[in-house]
Amino acid sequence: MTSTTLPAPAAVPATASAARAFAAKRRRTLLVGLVVFAGMAALPYLVRDVYLQNVLILTVMYAALSQSWNILGGYCGQISLGHALYFGLGAYFTSVLFVTYGVVPWGGMLAGGLASAGVALLLGWPCFRLAGHYFSIATIVIAEIGLLLVHNWDFVGGAMGIQWPFNPDSWWTLQFARDKVPYFHFALGLFVAVWFVTYLIEDSRWGYWWRAVKDDAQAAESLGVEVFRSKMAAAAVSAFFTAIGGGFYAAYVSYIDPESVMSFRFSLLFALPAVLGGIGTLWGALVGAAILIPLTEISRSYLGGTGSGLDLILYGLLVMLVALARPEGVLSLFKRTRTARNQEAAP
Amino acid sequence: MTTQALAQVLASGLLMGLIYALIAVGLSLIFGLMDVVNFAHGEFLMIAMYATFGLVLATQLDPVVLMPLVAALLFALGGASYLGVVRFAMRAKANQGMVQIFATFGLAILLQGVAQYLFTPDYRNVQNTWLGGRTLEVGGVFLPWPQIFGAVVSLAAFGGLHLLMSRTDFGRALEATREDQGAVALVGIDRNRVFALGWGLGAALVGLAGAVLAVFYYIHPQVGASFALIAYVTVALGGFGSVAGALVAGVIVGLVEAFTAVILPPALKSVGVYALYLAVVFVRPQGLFGRL
Repeated sequence: MTSTTLPAPAAVPATASAARAFAAKRRRTLLVGLVVFAGMAALPYLVRDVYLQNVLILTVMYAALSQSWNILGGYCGQISLGHALYFGLGAYFTSVLFVTYGVVPWGGMLAGGLASAGVALLLGWPCFRLAGHYFSIATIVIAEIGLLLVHNWDFVGGAMGIQWPFNPDSWWTLQFARDKVPYFHFALGLFVAVWFVTYLIEDSRWGYWWRAVKDDAQAAESLGVEVFRSKMAAAAVSAFFTAIGGGFYAAYVSYIDPESVMSFRFSLLFALPAVLGGIGTLWGALVGAAILIPLTEISRSYLGGTGSGLDLILYGLLVMLVALARPEGVLSLFKRTRTARNQEAAP
Repeated sequence: MTTQALAQVLASGLLMGLIYALIAVGLSLIFGLMDVVNFAHGEFLMIAMYATFGLVLATQLDPVVLMPLVAALLFALGGASYLGVVRFAMRAKANQGMVQIFATFGLAILLQGVAQYLFTPDYRNVQNTWLGGRTLEVGGVFLPWPQIFGAVVSLAAFGGLHLLMSRTDFGRALEATREDQGAVALVGIDRNRVFALGWGLGAALVGLAGAVLAVFYYIHPQVGASFALIAYVTVALGGFGSVAGALVAGVIVGLVEAFTAVILPPALKSVGVYALYLAVVFVRPQGLFGRL
């Protein structure tokens, strides 16, 4: 109402300065990213213990996978609990192409990523008609069908799985028997790639569309947002990177079977770090993974070997606490103070 | 396929379907009441199976006799889960759907851990029961007694639930709360109490199913997961929140599973059920009897 009576010249510099402030904030984010990633790249040289290096690799890998999940679940608001399907597709494409046809893992990952994106589009077409819990349950069921089919498909090893042959250390075949550091750098590279794609998306038309779809799909639709295409695009990007993560995991552990790459617990593990850290944020997945993965890995190695179930009790309590204590994620602890600061600064 | 074989598949599918309906109805009831999907539903079933196992060991009584006790225990577990976990999940101001999913998932993992801690991960079974291993032969069709008993319990439970919902004050309070959560407070119904009792009732129903299953199924900490997926599919197929839908969908699921097992390798028997579920929800997202 009042804005129409405002003198136009006064509004123009205000928007221009807001745009400048926004651009500066974007540059700052990028700079922080560069510093953080450089610091992370040095980590495995400081931590020489092989067990801890394994924890670091898994942490960064789950951060990358959770950020991939975040693209669909966090930014676009479609809670998939079936991403194990894309993870498994990546792992199987990479393993079968390498072990049976001799294609280097890089090619297998790319093929698996593209295939997963295609599958995500194919499944998205019917699934995105479903909303809320209906969508989540459909994703669980579809991933379960995938698991059952792979389990009974002899060409990909059936229940026996696929063992990678032993190869000399090489970036070409992604096999490093002596030193785990290259694995860490590959996982970090993947995380940086997903992070950077998310960074670009945040300020693109897609980013705004996705967040609008998440907040209120109907309202977004009425404002001209193409809801269905938004969900499809988010699903394809998300599935692509999840499959590359699956290919990396296969190369890292050198042996896969249906349960070890496609079971439901992976779908859960991709969602949890982002939820813990803060969904729909650039850093949530990394923060969440940095808390969750070391805790679960260490509690599993200390308590899990006995089969007493104590590790599960601890993990279950942790998941409940994550969900109940801070629904907006750990990162919101910092964000709130900044908002409060801005409010104080504002007249 | 001979007539006899066909009758056998039909009968087995029908009996198992009624048991699936009994497993699923509690889930549907809770969803209808408060729009929450309990992702620990399968673990409630698993706990009920272990409770039967433990009580049989402790009392040397038959599972049939112990069934009411198991249902009562599960009622307490359901009520406690609402009061201790779900109540807080519903208070979340942000990402409420996600908070509910992960709070109940956390509960599921916790319950698996507790079962593994108390009973080890070994496979268990309840031995020397009245019904176990006995079959009824009707014109060349063999029906195992535990499944017949389960089907009867299921039908009785659905009948009882219908009476409870339509004839008692509690049932009316339940129905009123699912219609309008805000308005019931104005007429003096304590919403939290109704929710807690609803969770208790839903868990007690899956408790009956657990006591039935314990007679003829292996018991281990992960046993809930496989039944849980069938339960979600049943509830989604019948329509979330619809009690009658759970009954019809349960029977359909049982029959489809039985026929899939004839056509495909037994390991893939669930694929038919999942495919049917997907086909239905893609055409009719609200399920057969659901409201959107």
